[in-house]
Amino acid sequence: MSVSRYALSVWWRNAAMYRRTWKLNILPNFFEPILYLLSIGIGVGAYVSQMGGTSYVAFLAPGLVAVAAMNGASFEVTYNAFVRMNFEKTYASMLTTPIQPDDVLAGEVLWAVTRSAIYGSCFYVVVAAAGLAPLPASLWALPLIPLTGLLFAALGIAFSLRIPNIDLFSFYFTLFLTPLFLFSDVFFPLAERLPGWGLRVAEVLPLLHPVRLMRAAFRGEFAPILLWDLAYIAALSAALLVLAARVTRRRLGE
Amino acid sequence: MQTRDAELRGSASVVECRALRKRYRERFAVDGVDLDVSRGVCFGLLGPNGAGKTTTLRMVYGVTRPTSGTVRVFGLDVARETRRVRARIGVTLQENALIEPLSAAENLRVFGRYHRIPRAQLERRIEELLDFLELRSHARLPVRALSGGFQRRLAIALSLINSPELLILDEPTTGLDPAVRLALWERIRELRAAGTTVLLTTHYMEEAERLCDELVILADGRIVARGAPADLIRELLAPQALELAVPESDEPAVLRGLDGVRRLRAGRRLVLYVPDAGGLLETLRHRGATGDPRAVVVRPANLEDVFLALTGTGLEGGA
Repeated sequence: MSVSRYALSVWWRNAAMYRRTWKLNILPNFFEPILYLLSIGIGVGAYVSQMGGTSYVAFLAPGLVAVAAMNGASFEVTYNAFVRMNFEKTYASMLTTPIQPDDVLAGEVLWAVTRSAIYGSCFYVVVAAAGLAPLPASLWALPLIPLTGLLFAALGIAFSLRIPNIDLFSFYFTLFLTPLFLFSDVFFPLAERLPGWGLRVAEVLPLLHPVRLMRAAFRGEFAPILLWDLAYIAALSAALLVLAARVTRRRLGE
Repeated sequence: MQTRDAELRGSASVVECRALRKRYRERFAVDGVDLDVSRGVCFGLLGPNGAGKTTTLRMVYGVTRPTSGTVRVFGLDVARETRRVRARIGVTLQENALIEPLSAAENLRVFGRYHRIPRAQLERRIEELLDFLELRSHARLPVRALSGGFQRRLAIALSLINSPELLILDEPTTGLDPAVRLALWERIRELRAAGTTVLLTTHYMEEAERLCDELVILADGRIVARGAPADLIRELLAPQALELAVPESDEPAVLRGLDGVRRLRAGRRLVLYVPDAGGLLETLRHRGATGDPRAVVVRPANLEDVFLALTGTGLEGGA
């Protein structure tokens, strides 16, 4: 790996684009949590009196913050990165300058992490304003947001680099991210619904770990299993990024 | 004279390729290319599509790794000192890679960041380039809304942001209207006059003839001719061309007594390359062998003829 300061140039390029449109882009970031909280809080919450020791809407809040971080990162490294690489020839033009393939990858991932931080923080602010994030304990959620972003930036870019056709992203979103969203402790505690073997299998799901960390942060409770969650995120992100770096060098260099 | 000239220009070649080859699967896109581009010249790579021009350029700026052979730019090994080389060159790709929602000035600013040019210096350079490539009138509008000619000028401006010593242009004027093309040629000449070395690919022969001090013609990954445009025309063909409209069946009648004259057939047209086309036309008139008299053209031979002779339609006739 030979990541350099030039990775920041790649990050800056995306930031320059975002600055142009951020006012439009950031609004939905606030609306999405409000819609969730309204629908679940007023609707489903009325039928489910409590879950995991809190109101249902409070149970949902930490998981949804993790999901927001996941989505914020995923869009950048999938559709947007694919368009930059294959249609806009952005990477080809970067590689006529001192920027190297590893810098391109690092800059893109860094940018996806930034987007996840923006998206996730907006979500967190709404949740906190609704009184669903106990302070100050839930402030631990803030560093967990970009960490979640990193994991999904690594997953997304590793996928994007390997597919030949932009339409295949619908598989990534529908058959990968959506099931994660539905089965990663966000909507119901897996431990109460799955048999022992099912729980062990569920440990491979990437979103489960950020959600568990986020929930612990909101509760202000530490448990040893959180170290496993952190290790999982670090190890999988690192492994995917090493893989992605190899593919990037090959695809951009050939 | 030769040595003094070399000293003035800095004796080492700016670009030096040796036995350069690039294989994709079973095919060699570039198959043993040697290039020497001296400082301050405009050097052309000519050839039909698929001849290996772009692949050669990509190896020169170090984005494609040669299968074998070496590339040195400014005397540096491109494969090992990629960043140092790229800091001193500018590359305009065949396809513009602009950020369409951003303005020309913003695009230049982003590109300046790619080179990590200090802010104050970058702002000065942006102002210079907005003037130099006549971008100022629409410098604040999103690039998306602007004409193809404007976008191409901006793409070239981007590659000049770091004041490169070597400018690489991959088909700089393809698809542009004649006025824009002329203006761009003028800019390229000015850059060269100011000491920038230019390496370009083109399949416009007129462009090569007007801009290039030296060129090579590539076909199937190999260099089939090299030299100054005028020398190539003189050495490979003859100074003048006589074009006739003669069906293939009447060709023997025309060529009677003209053994060894180089000729090219393109459909109904027969082109003869000779030192004195006017004289030959007289001779043929006496014999009544000029075909349709309204279709007769006497003109200087040009690079297009050389190009066709070397890469396209077969050139017949002995040496």
